[in-house]
Amino acid sequence: MNILIFLVPAALLLGLLGLAAFLWSLRSGQYDDLEGAAERILYDDDKPDNDGPDDDERRS
Amino acid sequence: MNEAATAQERPGIDPDLFVRRTEEGLARLDLVVAGMHCAGCLRKVEGALKNLGGVEYARANLSTKRVAVRWDPARLKASAVIRALADTGFTAVPFDPKLIGTLDDRESRSLLKALGVAGFAAANVMLVSVSVWSGLVSDMDETTRSFFHWVSALIALPAIAYAGQPFFRSALRALRAKSMNMDVPIALAVILATTMSLVQTMVNARHVYFDASVTLLFFLLIGRYLDVQARARACSAAENLLGLRATAATLIAPDGTHKSIAVENLEPGMKVLVVAGARIPADGEIVTGTSEIDTSLVTGESVPEQVKAGASVFAGTLNLGAPLVIRVTKRDDDSLLAEIVRLMETAEQGRARYVRIADRAARIYSPAVHIMALATLLLWFALGAPWETSLTYAISVLIITCPCALGLAVPVVQVVATGRLLRQGVLVKAADGLERLAQADTIVFDKTGTLTLGRPRLVNGEEIARAELALGAAIAAASRHPLALALAAHGQALPHPLLDDIREEPGMGLEARLGGETIRLGNAGYAGANTAHEQGHGGSELWLRRGSDAPVRFRFEDTPRPDAKDAIAALKARGFAIELLSGDREPAVKRLADELGIAAWRAAARPAAKIARLEELAAEGRKVAMIGDGLNDAPALRAAHVSLSPADAADVSQTAADFIFQGARLAPIVEAVDVARKSRRLVFENFGLALAYNAVAVPLAVAGFVTPLVAAIAMSSSSITVTLNSLRLNLAQRRALSREAS
Repeated sequence: MNILIFLVPAALLLGLLGLAAFLWSLRSGQYDDLEGAAERILYDDDKPDNDGPDDDERRS
Repeated sequence: MNEAATAQERPGIDPDLFVRRTEEGLARLDLVVAGMHCAGCLRKVEGALKNLGGVEYARANLSTKRVAVRWDPARLKASAVIRALADTGFTAVPFDPKLIGTLDDRESRSLLKALGVAGFAAANVMLVSVSVWSGLVSDMDETTRSFFHWVSALIALPAIAYAGQPFFRSALRALRAKSMNMDVPIALAVILATTMSLVQTMVNARHVYFDASVTLLFFLLIGRYLDVQARARACSAAENLLGLRATAATLIAPDGTHKSIAVENLEPGMKVLVVAGARIPADGEIVTGTSEIDTSLVTGESVPEQVKAGASVFAGTLNLGAPLVIRVTKRDDDSLLAEIVRLMETAEQGRARYVRIADRAARIYSPAVHIMALATLLLWFALGAPWETSLTYAISVLIITCPCALGLAVPVVQVVATGRLLRQGVLVKAADGLERLAQADTIVFDKTGTLTLGRPRLVNGEEIARAELALGAAIAAASRHPLALALAAHGQALPHPLLDDIREEPGMGLEARLGGETIRLGNAGYAGANTAHEQGHGGSELWLRRGSDAPVRFRFEDTPRPDAKDAIAALKARGFAIELLSGDREPAVKRLADELGIAAWRAAARPAAKIARLEELAAEGRKVAMIGDGLNDAPALRAAHVSLSPADAADVSQTAADFIFQGARLAPIVEAVDVARKSRRLVFENFGLALAYNAVAVPLAVAGFVTPLVAAIAMSSSSITVTLNSLRLNLAQRRALSREAS
């Protein structure tokens, strides 16, 4: 049963990592616009910046 | 109100008023872009903004229909941002996020954080608990079990202290006010279960209930978060509606220059210019100008009122005729608005007496549960059990009866119902609005703007000769006055004679020349009509005189909403008593009541008279749903048991109402009533389900058979059953929709 000395902390650590990731995503505003996020994924321009090439330009 | 009028309401609102500075020295502006519905719109809006030189950041939020922009103020002006959006076909309206509730946002965020913590704790404690449960029937030794219990305690204690706060605080608040709510038994069960488990861990006992405490909090937080989220969504939609109509006033500075200023910043003594077609921004007195004012939003009166210099005008009324210069006056006199505000304050006190279904259930439930736990303790003690065992059994009764399913019973239904209504264009603003609407048995309607569209229509077109109709329409086409617009629309298909020298006499009418004759279209005096024997029509009218001929009268009436008659019939079929309570004149009210089949009606009712009638109905034991739009309805909307208001209602009324429905039709009201009644039934079903679970579990707990495993199974399964049952509300609608489609 000595293995538990490692396993339990390991399980807790992983859980805490998940919690930290959740709190980080919450803080960085990823839950502010759930509908928008669902729609944004439909566009495959991964550089939506102003100087990025348009879809058409990239294709040609 | 038609689109033209709405568009005119904002004569060049100045976005600079809403620009704020960020810490990095950038300008920041928040906009409502109502037309944004899909990914394409999102991309166009953000693309248009980012293509502007100087824009550092542009992010559109599709859920709230709001856009945040930050840019370098040295390179760009705020008006250019709005123009860029207008060029892509989106109307953007600036708003101040400070004025619009950021409070709800913070609440839902802290709930989400608590939810995350509770979820983490529930998962990890469960991981340990399942090992302990299986260890009970296999070969786990005492040391390992004790170690696991300490691990559970280590996770659960801080998690409960953090995630339980919303419940502890609410329970404390209720107890301080010497009342009961669902959070009292919840908080008590969680605290007792945790304390007992801690003691059990210390004495190295077999059973601990940390898992029950944290999963309970986890489930309840889900319900609470969904509830807050659904309401925040409806409220932000309602705020957008108000924000869209935010007006700026045109201030006339002492040196004669014009400046745009936010309405909130107007002060008594300032002079403002109100162009034709704009709403009057504040109560005031006319300095110069003669015009007609549409007061329907304020008084319910459908006939425009003539005003000239010296007359007092009210905020919210619409200037129809000519530009007016107004000096802003204070509101503390005995003006109509002051009366309305006073009436609203008194009316609100009645509303606060309503107790929500869940809290009413808690008032019976909590004492019952606590007495049962106490009885268990005494019973086992009397039977000779050691006091530790008796206490353990008593606490397990508390844990098993902890109203997890009861706590979910109302919010889940609420969320599903609010979401369903939102898709139909009904915004549920009040948390307990649906419950109160389900109780209503009488509906009181306002007339102008509620049953009608507040848009005039020519009614005696058949009595008038075609040539005169064509002439009237031709001259009316030159004006933006609502009666003229209605006349022009009616005669659109007729061949128009060619007119010369058309000019508008503000507040009087129009004059033009045809051949050598003078044509006049306007009020009776202007057209030279003798109206002494023509009283009692009650609607609005225009007169047309050609040269020296006898004047012809055009009569106008307000248009009822397209489905008003069907909606009234549908509401009657659902057992509602319908009443019409209008501030308009008797003949107009009577005609509409007859047309729509409403037997009970009252005309010329002032705000106080409306409240008096509502109180009369309440005294008869009726639960009244008030539906109105005007400023004069606002006190009645507050006084009624529940209230609805159309999306183009006065700001005050929209704020006062529990529901807001969008669009020109009344059908959403019927839908709201149906959903409210169905929700109420589902809530009671949920209570029944939760109680059924308790009926099975409580005897087990009293008898001392409830182990942590039984508690976990009973609580999770009852919560899931209740949630699934609530989702049926959506299922019924899907089926109805697919039936319609097929």
